[in-house]
Amino acid sequence: MATLESRIPQGPLADKWTNHKNHINLVNPANKRNIDVIVVGTGLAGGSAAATLAELGYNVKTFCYQDSPRRAHSIAAQGGINAAKNYQGDGDSTYRLFYDTVKGGDYRAREANVYRLSEVSANIIDQCVAQGVPFAREYGGLLDNRSFGGVLVSRTFYAKGQTGQQLLLGAYAAMNRQINRGKIESFNRHEMLDIVIVDGKARGIIARNMVTGEIERHSAHAVVVASGGYGNVFFLSTNAMGSNVTASWKIHKKGAYFANPCFTQIHPTCIPVSGDHQSKLTLMSESLRNDGRIWVPRKKEDVIAIREGKLKPVDLAEEDRDYYLERRYPSFGNLVPRDVASRAAKERCDAGFGVNATGEAVFLDFSSAIMRYGREQAAIHGNHNPSDKEVRELGEKVVENKYGNLFQMYEKIVDENPYKTPMKIYPAVHYTMGGIWVDYNLMTTIEGCYAIGEANFSDHGANRLGASALMQGLADGYFVLPYTIGDYLSKDIRTGKIPTDTPEFDEAEKNVRNQIDALINNNGTNSVDHYHKKLGKIMWDKCGMARNEQGLKEALEEIKALREDFYKNVRVTGSAESKNSELEKALRVADFLELGELFAKDALHRNESCGGHFREEYQTEEGEALRDDENFKYVAAWEYKGDPREAVLHKEDLEYKNIELKTRSYK
Amino acid sequence: MNLTLKIWRQKDANTKGKIVDYPISDVSPDMSFLEMLDVLNEQLVAKGEEPVEFDHDCREGICGTCSLQINGEPHGPDRGVTTCQLHMRMFKDGDTIFIEPFRANAFPVVKDLIVDRSAFDRIQQAGGYISVNTSGNTIDANSIPVNKHDADKSFDAATCIGCGACVAACKNASAMLFTSAKVSQFALLPQGQVEATDRVMNMVRQMDLEGFGNCTNTGACEIECPKGISLENIARMNREYLKASVK
Ligand SMILES: Cc1cc2nc3c(=O)[nH]c(=O)nc-3n(C[C@H](O)[C@H](O)[C@H](O)COP(=O)(O)OP(=O)(O)OC[C@H]3O[C@@H](n4cnc5c(N)ncnc54)[C@H](O)[C@@H]3O)c2cc1C
Ligand code: SF4
Ligand code: FES
Repeated sequence: MATLESRIPQGPLADKWTNHKNHINLVNPANKRNIDVIVVGTGLAGGSAAATLAELGYNVKTFCYQDSPRRAHSIAAQGGINAAKNYQGDGDSTYRLFYDTVKGGDYRAREANVYRLSEVSANIIDQCVAQGVPFAREYGGLLDNRSFGGVLVSRTFYAKGQTGQQLLLGAYAAMNRQINRGKIESFNRHEMLDIVIVDGKARGIIARNMVTGEIERHSAHAVVVASGGYGNVFFLSTNAMGSNVTASWKIHKKGAYFANPCFTQIHPTCIPVSGDHQSKLTLMSESLRNDGRIWVPRKKEDVIAIREGKLKPVDLAEEDRDYYLERRYPSFGNLVPRDVASRAAKERCDAGFGVNATGEAVFLDFSSAIMRYGREQAAIHGNHNPSDKEVRELGEKVVENKYGNLFQMYEKIVDENPYKTPMKIYPAVHYTMGGIWVDYNLMTTIEGCYAIGEANFSDHGANRLGASALMQGLADGYFVLPYTIGDYLSKDIRTGKIPTDTPEFDEAEKNVRNQIDALINNNGTNSVDHYHKKLGKIMWDKCGMARNEQGLKEALEEIKALREDFYKNVRVTGSAESKNSELEKALRVADFLELGELFAKDALHRNESCGGHFREEYQTEEGEALRDDENFKYVAAWEYKGDPREAVLHKEDLEYKNIELKTRSYK
Repeated sequence: MNLTLKIWRQKDANTKGKIVDYPISDVSPDMSFLEMLDVLNEQLVAKGEEPVEFDHDCREGICGTCSLQINGEPHGPDRGVTTCQLHMRMFKDGDTIFIEPFRANAFPVVKDLIVDRSAFDRIQQAGGYISVNTSGNTIDANSIPVNKHDADKSFDAATCIGCGACVAACKNASAMLFTSAKVSQFALLPQGQVEATDRVMNMVRQMDLEGFGNCTNTGACEIECPKGISLENIARMNREYLKASVK
């Protein structure tokens, strides 16, 4: 059994990271040339880590399942990235970002990690600007900021609705510079299918070349897993179709503890499901809540009229609308954190106020903002007596400038013009706060195996505030891991190349081959998607936005039964020796079918509600989450024991020395 | 809707491909084009046949993975969208739809509808970056003010998703729009000036080495580009190139 030692440095909170860096063992530049590092995943976390490690002098191999690192899922992040720069002079500081993040995470994150994240956040912006990331600017040439849910300052940097794209292209460019110098070898369309452990240390991986089907061995002195989140366990989510848990799950099976799997974020502003054919859900950036107001009709008869198309939402009088977030949470209004906004939407829809055919949608309305901006613009242009039409046109221009691509995306999917009629939105699975357990150095419970970005259990606690995942991915990759990994690698300068013709590699390769053969030769009748959709439905119905004991117990049984059926009856067409997307999916769904069970088990044992984990049995009279700090102020880290239901719980107790635990209120 | 799909099937890079007909029924206008292909593939798997391989990931028009030449047009008949954002409401009941891979010598077919676009990566590797260390020892971001107009233009160029539609649309299979978008992003920013000469020379050289054709200014690329990357960028790259060549 590995020990759960968080390795949080001693000393005052604000000095921990600096002290730690000062005492880390360094590797001499000449020795770095003799050390190999594997980075699995080239999103913001993996891409930035690979570039930095290569720049420091290590030999880096990167892996991703897409045809190019530039296409990693991070590219899809829309809204922005936080940093405590206080450029707006609105009172932001490292401490405030730290405070908001710990509170936003419902006090289930490590103080020391979050403080470090806040501390390095300002640096990320400097770094990215130096790399030529075209962030939004004000007319004076300085950087612009906006606000996100759960906070009262404007600390979010953005590039229209394409911030993730621009940041990822920055990290990709930094990678390209190192590829050009021969310091990174990049293996695209390659999937990691297992980790190789020699003498208790991570020493390599088994990967499948997805074009030729070849099974390859790659050795290194350390392995960094940056393979993203596992939201696709729900089948429908805002994640890219290929996002998967395989790399994380495979290291979990070999000794890396999996922490807080049930902490999953449901994002309040997504395009609602329209039909059975749906392959994924589309997010409408949370930044829209800066200007959009969320409402449903007050009266049931108006709901029905709207559903039947007899009443247009724009024609509903102001007093007949229920701006339920502004009503319930006057101080944060539409900018409450995601878990609060999601649950409030579900509450209204469950009560019968959903505004679309399925009854699972609420309005996100821009008309007030359009008119407000329009009047402002008219005044700026010296028109002090504008007509409503002029005001509206000017206002639409401003809104287009801020959110144009999001509005276009919405219109393409839904076939309605959001400038003219309110958007319809509903919560959807978005981000996983749970993940591989890591210590302060970002090392997992396997020596020499690291996990960064969304793949680790992260710095977000039970809930992630907007614009903080990009921040964490880049902080881990550019500024944290490259330091902390040196401490470990400094012991490896005399090890020499790790051979791949050892029994450990043989064994790992054999396992992978066996799994592939079994899937390909299984003469079943059901497609892989059949299982994935079924799993998704169990997860959404019983482990979704609200959970209860009975549902979770049912989910445990149903997932197990589904997994058994999968191995008996799945059909994977095609061959293992060529590009075969069915096989790729089957390998991923097999892991989701195990993770799903651990997810339910984790949700079942946590007898409290916090952040993204809402147990119906534990709520206040007003329907807010009821935390139990006495009994659950810990990270739940699960050890694999041959079957997900046998997993053994290890607790990392969380200490709050710098922040007083309070009931999280956004009223 | 009932449709007839005529789809390019090709086992691998070295095998000859051919068009195969697939009828499909009950297509809903709300489906995306790729969801329609998902349905087809489910049916093929049910029959024990190999599904049609096509590239996709984000399914929201941002990763640039999806491709497809649909009725002769990259990303199909709609304007300003990628194939994953193309919806079946653009088609009519009874339509026949040709679905082929992007065609260009520099984009060899991997299988069925998937092509290899790694030439784009190599163009980027040749110089599509600013040589700044990722150590975090950079100056404060606001000490490099950028004129908003330039920042916006740089951003517009930077939004290229590297999908390759411009190459597929061009009768010469030129990669000028893609390359110029990358060159422009940096050319418009103060941070990009220091290496400007080497950058444009190296990227253009690599683009030629990869076997992309010449630009003859027909503008088909701009029309088919899902991100509205403007021809203005090609003009800017040519200016940068000229400036670099006389240095
Ligand atoms: C639609 C959307 C919008 C978002 N908007 C925001 C936002 O505005 N602000 C914010 O802060 N966050 C946002 N997020 C969250 C944020 O984008 C992600 O958390 C973050 O980008 C994850 O980065 P990553 O580097 O950890 O992983 P990813 O970017 O997911 O990268 C994973 C990498 O791992 C590779 N990989 C996976 N499995 C394997 C395997 N087995 N073998 C080899 N390679 C593998 C993939 O190829 C990929 O390169 C958003 C998320 C979504 C879905
Ligand atoms: S320029 Fe346009 S068409 Fe060409 S790769 Fe970029 S986004 Fe695609
Ligand atoms: S799948 Fe990402 S752009 Fe189409």
